[in-house]
Amino acid sequence: MSVQDLEKIFQGKIDDEIKIEPKDWMPEKYRQSLIRQVSQHAHSEIVGMLPEGNWITRAPSLKRKAILLAKVQDEAGHGLYLYSATETLGVTREQTINDLHSGKAKYSSIFNYPTLTWADIGAIGWLVDGAAILNQVMLTRTSFGPYARAMVRICKEESFHQRQGFEILLVLSTGSKEQKEMCQDAINRWWWPSLMMFGPHDSESTHFDQSMKWKIKRKSNDELRQNFVDMIAEQVKVLRMTLPDPELKWKEKTGHYDFGEINWEEFWNVVKGNGPCNRQRLEARRKAWQDGQWVREAAGAYSEKRKVRSQAA
Amino acid sequence: MRSQSTNHLINYILHLADDSLILGHRNSEWCGHGPVLEQDIAITNISLDLIGQGRNFYQYAAKLTNESTPDPSFAATEDTLAYLRDIRQFKNCLLVEQPNGDWAQTILRQFLFSAYQFYLYQQLQNSNDETLAAIAEKSLKEVTYHLRWSSEWVIRLGDGTSESHQRMLNAIDELWVYTGELLIAASYELRAMSTQQGVDLTILKPKWEEKVKDIFVEATLPWPGERFQQIGGKEGKHSEHLGYILAELQYMQRAYPGCEW
Ligand SMILES: [Fe+2]
Ligand SMILES: [Fe+2]
Repeated sequence: MSVQDLEKIFQGKIDDEIKIEPKDWMPEKYRQSLIRQVSQHAHSEIVGMLPEGNWITRAPSLKRKAILLAKVQDEAGHGLYLYSATETLGVTREQTINDLHSGKAKYSSIFNYPTLTWADIGAIGWLVDGAAILNQVMLTRTSFGPYARAMVRICKEESFHQRQGFEILLVLSTGSKEQKEMCQDAINRWWWPSLMMFGPHDSESTHFDQSMKWKIKRKSNDELRQNFVDMIAEQVKVLRMTLPDPELKWKEKTGHYDFGEINWEEFWNVVKGNGPCNRQRLEARRKAWQDGQWVREAAGAYSEKRKVRSQAA
Repeated sequence: MRSQSTNHLINYILHLADDSLILGHRNSEWCGHGPVLEQDIAITNISLDLIGQGRNFYQYAAKLTNESTPDPSFAATEDTLAYLRDIRQFKNCLLVEQPNGDWAQTILRQFLFSAYQFYLYQQLQNSNDETLAAIAEKSLKEVTYHLRWSSEWVIRLGDGTSESHQRMLNAIDELWVYTGELLIAASYELRAMSTQQGVDLTILKPKWEEKVKDIFVEATLPWPGERFQQIGGKEGKHSEHLGYILAELQYMQRAYPGCEW
């Protein structure tokens, strides 16, 4: 069969909403595009463990400590599913991780911001997991089967995370004066970076048209961002806090909230590695990997020995 | 006035709680930094189990405290017990407060402790205190897994590469001095034993030794034998490490007293 025919069959499946599976023929660009996106998503889960992990030992109550620990562990699980999904595309986990460590692969820029107070843990759950959910709910319908299925599992847990985050803030919002200030301050610091999570405007997004045609993405960055603003602008009222955007306004005519322009200079700076914690995050990941080298070697050597012994027996 | 026997029982329970919490806290320091993702998840699981056990014990100790000294201005809770006692009141053994070190040291610490906790809970299921027996029964399921997981890792590292073997030897050197304390009864343990609420550590000792010996043999690690032992943690005489653990653990409750979280 000619490549043109294969491409026709491939696009036909996509148009008919039939999932593409790892053994199916797919255009090389589709594969590369997915490898890039799924591995970037996996890295985000793993690097995302760090800012929150930062507060595990300092959580203010035993209950909060247990919830946070379980949450960060969930993110490790998400990373695991996603690395497995990447492997179905023909790249090993080790290669994928090396690309992260060398700086070749990216991860979500949001994790390059520091968690300064306990309220940040609430804000991350509410805003960052909240933004992630919108993206991930969309991805449960993505065209590549293993990615879509990983998202179904992940989404269930993410909505827990968002509720838990909101609940942390809710308690703070009805607490002492310091707690209320802590709450508002965290929202102020995390709001704009959360909006940046959806990426550049559609007009600036390099892979946008192709991703939509292949149904890797099913909604545009700006569409998702608008959904997010509409959702959060309502929820923040329950907290009796405000979002740090003077231009935020409900528009009857459109049925959406208007909001101010993102600071794109900051966005690109963080993407390029100049965020407050880029170096430290990557360094923590590299260190964990390097420190674990001898452990992985030992585990490999031991399982080899066992194989040899069981063959000899 | 709280009766002497309640006091001893509360101390006994706090000792069990502190052991679990402090080791759970130490293990949680690995979260996000493990040598491989699956093991990051595994050590976090163990950490969650231990913190959960600690909470069960603290809640029970709080209940007994409130019943025996009704003070309307101050009610004990799991959090007041974990966050508002100072170092001299903590009754965990020295082993669990030792730093994580490398993966070998963390693994060995977990194994030595899980082997102890496994037989401890096995016995504690027979406590004539129903709450303690119930917590022990529930926790034993978890600890059975901790013991299996850590045993497998001791074997894997001991019999892995020459580097991993050497690292296990170093870990033994580092930690063996803290094992004796596990099986030497503090005053409240003797008291709890005599009332059949607690466990007889002399029964545990041979079981613990046999288990550790078996696994060390399989791991091609030498039996360290009799060595000088550091004790005191269970009586509140800790290493300096615990102060730093508490500084982190208790930071929020100390900085913002009396708040809900
Ligand atoms: Fe996640
Ligand atoms: Fe999450």
